[in-house]
Amino acid sequence: MSVLIDADTRVICQGITGRQGSFHTQESLDYGTRVVGGVTPGRGGDEHLGLPVYNTVREAVKETQATASMVYVPAPFAADAILEAADAGIELVVCITEGVPVLDMLEVKAVLRGQGCKLIGPNCPGIITPGACKMGIMPGFIHEPGCIGIVSRSGTLTYEAVFQTTKVGLGQTTCIGIGGDPIRGVHFIDCLELFEADPATRGIIVVGEIGGSDEEAAAEFIKGNVSKPVVGYIAGVTAPPGKKMGHAGAIISGGKGTAPEKYRALEQAGVSTVRSLAELGKAMAEALE
Amino acid sequence: MNLHEYQSKTLFAEFGIPVPKGHVASTPEEARAAAEKLGGEFWVVKAQVHAGGRGKAGGVKLARSLNEVVQHADSLLGKRLVTHQSGSEGLPIDMVYVEAGSSIDRELYLSLLVDRSQERVVIMASAAGGMDIEEVAASTPEKILTASVHPAVGLNPYQTREIAFGLGLDKEQAKELADILGRLVELFHECDASLVEVNPLIVNSAGRVIALDGKINIEDNALFRQQRLEEWRDAAQEDTSEREAREHDLNYVSLDGNIACLVNGAGLAMATMDLIKLHGGEPANFLDVGGGATAEKVTEAFKIILANSNVEAVLVNIFGGIVRCDLIAEGIIAVVREVGVTVPVVVRLEGTNVRKGRKLLSDSELDIEPAKDLTEAARKVVDLAKESRAA
Repeated sequence: MSVLIDADTRVICQGITGRQGSFHTQESLDYGTRVVGGVTPGRGGDEHLGLPVYNTVREAVKETQATASMVYVPAPFAADAILEAADAGIELVVCITEGVPVLDMLEVKAVLRGQGCKLIGPNCPGIITPGACKMGIMPGFIHEPGCIGIVSRSGTLTYEAVFQTTKVGLGQTTCIGIGGDPIRGVHFIDCLELFEADPATRGIIVVGEIGGSDEEAAAEFIKGNVSKPVVGYIAGVTAPPGKKMGHAGAIISGGKGTAPEKYRALEQAGVSTVRSLAELGKAMAEALE
Repeated sequence: MNLHEYQSKTLFAEFGIPVPKGHVASTPEEARAAAEKLGGEFWVVKAQVHAGGRGKAGGVKLARSLNEVVQHADSLLGKRLVTHQSGSEGLPIDMVYVEAGSSIDRELYLSLLVDRSQERVVIMASAAGGMDIEEVAASTPEKILTASVHPAVGLNPYQTREIAFGLGLDKEQAKELADILGRLVELFHECDASLVEVNPLIVNSAGRVIALDGKINIEDNALFRQQRLEEWRDAAQEDTSEREAREHDLNYVSLDGNIACLVNGAGLAMATMDLIKLHGGEPANFLDVGGGATAEKVTEAFKIILANSNVEAVLVNIFGGIVRCDLIAEGIIAVVREVGVTVPVVVRLEGTNVRKGRKLLSDSELDIEPAKDLTEAARKVVDLAKESRAA
């Protein structure tokens, strides 16, 4: 079992003929993902990586019955690509693209509200169900099918959590990188809800960072809704206020969004927190004992 | 990207928001000419730096004669202004803004920014203008009025009325404020702002509502479609290392410690800083070489972190996903040979091609300390930094 995607998920790639789209679609195919086609406007009718290319998502969905899309189009066109996918009936859009303007995302979120389409990202590593389906840029080989659900705002920190849970022999059900931008698709809460409902997921790792109040919201949700053990880590204890730490969303502004506040919220919700990134795997194993 | 006050006011004027007349000057003579052109009986000479708190720091001066304008400009230009936001070294004053003096009846506060939890642009207003709004928000949050802008509907008239009457404005002033708010929302969207702040917004002695100060930040991700504003960038106001890093597509933030870090991924870069601190050290910087790190990028990154004279040890922490560890190892070897790194370097590699990468490092016979995991890496670099200080 897993959440959102599995071996049967039919995936397309928007921007499939671009450099990023080509490279990562091939990687997804090599991992065994059921990629059924791609979209590049003006290249409809071509074949690329052995897959049919379509001009529009609507056409791709009609011909391939795809339900999920990976978006690798450049930032200026990413918002439009997300909306196109949603309008064509795609259920899960994973936007890897970095650098999408915030005001574009405000519009995207306003349109998506009330629709059935789920968006992951932008500026994220994507989502993977180990051994079944990889939609994103994560290195497939570090994953192992197992029982831990991982949700994180950072790409490389997701990899660390994956690597450690693999090493302690737990493996993962599904790993979701929700992205480092201030305005994004799914939040921690959405993923916690899915992991709680997934019978194969026995424990959950939440990897947060400074900025915003997503971790606090997650803590509030965990209190009343999550029965499974949760391990939490927050990056950015040493980050100075007012400075953007790489991710557009990782900034302490107006004294808000600090790591200690987030740790406190998680601990009050009964989450086992670790101060060292190196202890995520161990803490998860202990929490399951 | 931050704009100067004079640039922000240029945009205000373009969008029809009332501002006092003013001219920018880079010499005392230009300042005098600006004041003469403006006319009137008194002027304000304002240091143009990318930091708030200029008034308290002596960067805003009132002049009652042309000679005073020249004196003030002379005393500011070429100096560095240290405010509570500028850092201890302050920022260079290359320009002053000479503005016609305004008689102030009331000082109000107004700002627009993106609220992450509401996923909307919000307006914040307060009758406590001229003050540090963070202080107001902390001590008397009830004094802050807010309104969120609906992405499709825009700002509703009732919202502007709530703010205007909440600020204690009269009917005529409420109309003026409604007009200003509408135009600020338009500016925010058209310029891809991440922050627009008017502090203070004043009611002058004639009862008119005017933007006396202006601060605009433009969202970095949107600069591709804001080319005119990108050209307004004042590189002299930015940290040299941070600017160089940006030119090489690296994310760098300088900090006060002595242990430099070079990491792939923003989250892991922060986590690495935290690990150093957890093991008793102090990080000298945040540096994310990004997902597509190459040997060249690693070399540039090393040059930037080593330019900081406080650095007594370096920790390289790479989790290879797309990035291959052997490429990173080649970059480290090249830079240690080329640049001649004199401080200890600890390297933790994990992920794609990790064995190949580790072998390259050990075969290089360079003075590079390998670490088998995160904890060992942090311990080693903290110890080596202490030794390097003692020596």
